Amino acid sequence: MSTIPMIRDVHGHVIDPEWKLPSRGRVGMFALIVAESAIFVIFVVAYVYNIGRSTYGPQPRQVLELPILNTIFLLSSSFTIVMAERALVKRAMATFKAWWGLTIVLGVIFLLGTAQEWNKLITVDHLTISTNLFGTTFYSLVGLHASHVIVGLIMLTTVLIFALTGALKPEHTEKVEVLAMYWHFVDWVWVVVFTVVYVIGR
Amino acid sequence: MAGSSIPVPGGLGATGVTDAEAEGTWLEVLHSWVVTADHKKLGIMYVLYALFFLAVGGIEALIIRIQLFFPDNHFVSAETFNRMFTMHGTTMIFFVAMPLVFGFGNYLVPLMLGARDMAFPRLNAFSFWMSAFGGLLLYYSFIGGVGLQGAGSAPDVGWWAYSPLTARAFSRGHSTDYWALSLIVSGFGSIGVAINFIATAFCMRCKGMTLFRMPLLPWLYVVMSGLVILAVSPLTAAQVMLTIDRYLGGHFFDTQAGGSALIWAHFFWIFGHPEVYVLVMPAFAIMNEVIPVFSRKAIFGYPAMVAASVAIGFVSLGVWAHHMFTIGMTSIGNAFFVLSTMLVGIPTGIKIFNWIATMWGGKIRYTTAMLFCVGFLLQFLIAGLTGIILSVEPFNLQLHNSYFVIAHFHYVIVGGILFAIFGGIYYWFPKVTGRMLDERLGKWNFWLFVIGFHVCFDVMHVPGVLGMPRSIYTYEADRGWTTLNQIVSVGAAIQGIAIAILVYNIIHSCLKGAVAGPDPWDAWTLEWTTSSPPPPYNFAIEPVVRSRRPLWDLKHPNDPDEPVEEGMSYSGRMPPS
Amino acid sequence: MLQAVLLLAACVARHAFALDSNTSIFSPAATPAKASYDLSLFVLTITGGIFVTVGSLIVYAAVRFRRRPDDDGSEPPQIFGSNQIELSWTIIPVLIVVVMFLATARMIFAIQDAPEPPSALDVTVIGHQFWWEFRYPAQHITTANELHIPVSDTSTSRPTFMKLTSADVIHSFWVPRLSGKIDLLPNRINEMWIDPHTPGLYVGQCAQFCGVQHAKMLLRVYVDTPAQFAAWVKQEQQPGAQDPAVAAGRHDFETQACMNCHTIAGTPARGQFGPDLTHLASRKTIASGAADNTTENLERWIDNPDLIKTGSLMPAMHLTTDQVHDITAYLNTLQ
Repeated sequence: MSTIPMIRDVHGHVIDPEWKLPSRGRVGMFALIVAESAIFVIFVVAYVYNIGRSTYGPQPRQVLELPILNTIFLLSSSFTIVMAERALVKRAMATFKAWWGLTIVLGVIFLLGTAQEWNKLITVDHLTISTNLFGTTFYSLVGLHASHVIVGLIMLTTVLIFALTGALKPEHTEKVEVLAMYWHFVDWVWVVVFTVVYVIGR
Repeated sequence: MAGSSIPVPGGLGATGVTDAEAEGTWLEVLHSWVVTADHKKLGIMYVLYALFFLAVGGIEALIIRIQLFFPDNHFVSAETFNRMFTMHGTTMIFFVAMPLVFGFGNYLVPLMLGARDMAFPRLNAFSFWMSAFGGLLLYYSFIGGVGLQGAGSAPDVGWWAYSPLTARAFSRGHSTDYWALSLIVSGFGSIGVAINFIATAFCMRCKGMTLFRMPLLPWLYVVMSGLVILAVSPLTAAQVMLTIDRYLGGHFFDTQAGGSALIWAHFFWIFGHPEVYVLVMPAFAIMNEVIPVFSRKAIFGYPAMVAASVAIGFVSLGVWAHHMFTIGMTSIGNAFFVLSTMLVGIPTGIKIFNWIATMWGGKIRYTTAMLFCVGFLLQFLIAGLTGIILSVEPFNLQLHNSYFVIAHFHYVIVGGILFAIFGGIYYWFPKVTGRMLDERLGKWNFWLFVIGFHVCFDVMHVPGVLGMPRSIYTYEADRGWTTLNQIVSVGAAIQGIAIAILVYNIIHSCLKGAVAGPDPWDAWTLEWTTSSPPPPYNFAIEPVVRSRRPLWDLKHPNDPDEPVEEGMSYSGRMPPS
Repeated sequence: MLQAVLLLAACVARHAFALDSNTSIFSPAATPAKASYDLSLFVLTITGGIFVTVGSLIVYAAVRFRRRPDDDGSEPPQIFGSNQIELSWTIIPVLIVVVMFLATARMIFAIQDAPEPPSALDVTVIGHQFWWEFRYPAQHITTANELHIPVSDTSTSRPTFMKLTSADVIHSFWVPRLSGKIDLLPNRINEMWIDPHTPGLYVGQCAQFCGVQHAKMLLRVYVDTPAQFAAWVKQEQQPGAQDPAVAAGRHDFETQACMNCHTIAGTPARGQFGPDLTHLASRKTIASGAADNTTENLERWIDNPDLIKTGSLMPAMHLTTDQVHDITAYLNTLQ
């Protein structure tokens, strides 16, 4: 929204104060997050609609385990990225790199956890995307989220490389913050996925 | 207002700004267009791309109409006919209407905001090429669907592609895959351009242009973009599911494995209905700019226009299942979607009344652009009313999937949206090319199109009432539909001629049209303050505005629009005489 | 006005073109169709009124306020809006919407939630690419493409309640003079009812695109008098005729894969993929209405179904001319 305050001259005409508009990066990322949310909503609806409709093959209750640790890792990365942003604003680059690196590590651990879960489902429980309706909806929804984590990690790593090589300049602070918005989105979508798949759907 | 820094009309033209990139060999020119991130060039490419596919989709429509000229006709086979109507629908929605409105927005939104480009120029170029490749992918299905030995294949599942007809068991080969992939690809393009419009409108406005001083066109593009990101995303998601089903053996829409045919219909129409408003918002936007200028009056009820647009946007997200009354929902569900659908009529009505009030008391100049706008008003009124008729569920059960519905939505898309866009072409062509479109050819174009349109689509309601369902490649001779179908086909041919005249007019006027100058219509918004065509950076000096009609202020220093601020009363005001 | 024109055009189309269409939604012959017809007149009147009012305003404004040749070039008075006027053209449409919604909702609940009376006839409809299967569970009858139901007048009320589903893709059941349409979805059962008042033949067709031959998935509904219907039921309950004169045809039928898809009650033929042929000879059409049930058509159909209905799922069995002839003779005895 416009932030222009109304200042008038003696004749009642509005004088233009400093003309300030919202950052296009933030607005663009916000719009992207809305679009992504709409995509997730459709996959979540497909998942919820099909709970209990699988007529054969493994069922969620038999094969799914609560990924509590994994969830803690991913959600705490939302915290570490906030700490990294604060450090960047204060120009404390060493602290920034530490927190930022930790964020990446947490994200990678989350992905490894998912990989382990999928490995068990495929090799032990023989559940693949084509096994039954549950397999289709499960791998699609969790996979959609995981692919967002991967995209996020690639971008986070790029920033880390720039930071390590000294290419990250103060004027890039806002771009880093916009990227952090995306990471927060990825984290909070996991809360929805977790609730739907592992709590309601089990 | 004397201190305004708005460039005086014609001032820029006098500085001798020319398009430097027009120099060079044709290869260099081509290269400059392919790699461009300039919103104006992208806008032009969107529109040209759409006009090309308009011709392609139009030929498909004519094939459909020739086939239906006689009962039990054998002009094309059943398979070919099914491909034709699938391709006609998909092409016209995704590769004609969408690129047309994106092209207009690309060209106009930054200019009207006094900005030098979109918020993300490279994303903008990316979006265009995604849309473009989507179209190529769709048409590649003719070759790639079952390979060349199939002598031409294309999706034949209807543009709504209800499952399980799209499942591998019922749709063999790859034509449906091309269909799904092409809509995923062009969908990413649409989402990208929508994000760009939103960021541009919120972040790129020139000094002094508060949100409520923004012209209505960018406002409606904000609403449209909101609908794109909320409606095209679900379609993309559903197409991904369909692709998973077809390629990875998934079961989303596999009824044998407990999947649901119903859920595809929901997903498709969650996209499909807002999509109508995605297309109609830009048509409204063009009305909002053209009607005031040729009526010589400010738009009537600007805040109400903004509010009505936003209201239509919100309500349109909750009406999708009125496409699905026959699919067997509960009575409560049906009643809900009847109500929400009827509610859309209220803000739409407000808009029509406001346009009438804008014309009321004006001095209307009937250029071709204005004629198209008046045509839009009458035809959109009828389209809206047949929409209300269709929302009445017990009656809808009769009319659904009949030719009445076909006539209704062609009334919206041709009689409404395409008329508005043609009006927009006649209005902004001078700005884009620096030359006027020929008005005499324009009148021929308009009147032939009006006649063809009404012969075709007024009559098309009737076979629907007489029980003719859509998507049939032939019909029984004893049903009484023959004469009506022949009249409809004749109307379609007349429209084809009208569009050929438009194409000729565009080519002819590009080369030999009268030189337009920066402001040929004596208009009021910022795009008319720069030269025609505008230089690559749009404005030599970044404009500063103090009202919604900066050029009006400049031309009428004794009667400027008052600075209009948020929340200020805007009730009737007479100018000092 | 458009609506008036439409109604008029519908009448003109029926009379001027000498075509008394048996598929017009404006000549209803059963209750749901009649109810929606009555509601449609109400809605057409309202929307017609709106069209006349607003359309006249547009035309008046467009003509009255055109720039005159003697115009002095001055700008007209600039008016930016009026709260009172805008409020009034918001409230009036709201009231119209409320009225139309209430009328519609009442009708929805009356039709959709109507309880099934004990006297009702139950029919199960199964859509196939590209034909209709009809089962009468209480009568133990299975037939195809031509639905027989009893008339339901004031003396004997006997509405038909249908359960509809699909064996493959989505279809839609539509006989305009009897009722609005309802879709047939795989893995789902939809319901509708018809209360026909006048005996006769009513035609319609599939109204949801279902594949290559969607256009030739035609429907015939015979509304019979109670006596006719009872006789028809009695006949349908008989097993297939066994005439020794056509034993050769029957032998071919049972050895040339016909029986894999078709059922003829009382014989080993128990196939489920194609229409039940037990009483084929009593039907007026073959191939779901694509052709009249004549010996010539039947022979062409058996020889090569694509000649009559390209894309039909019935394969050409590469039979000899004699075999085609014999099988046709056999089928012609299945009264």
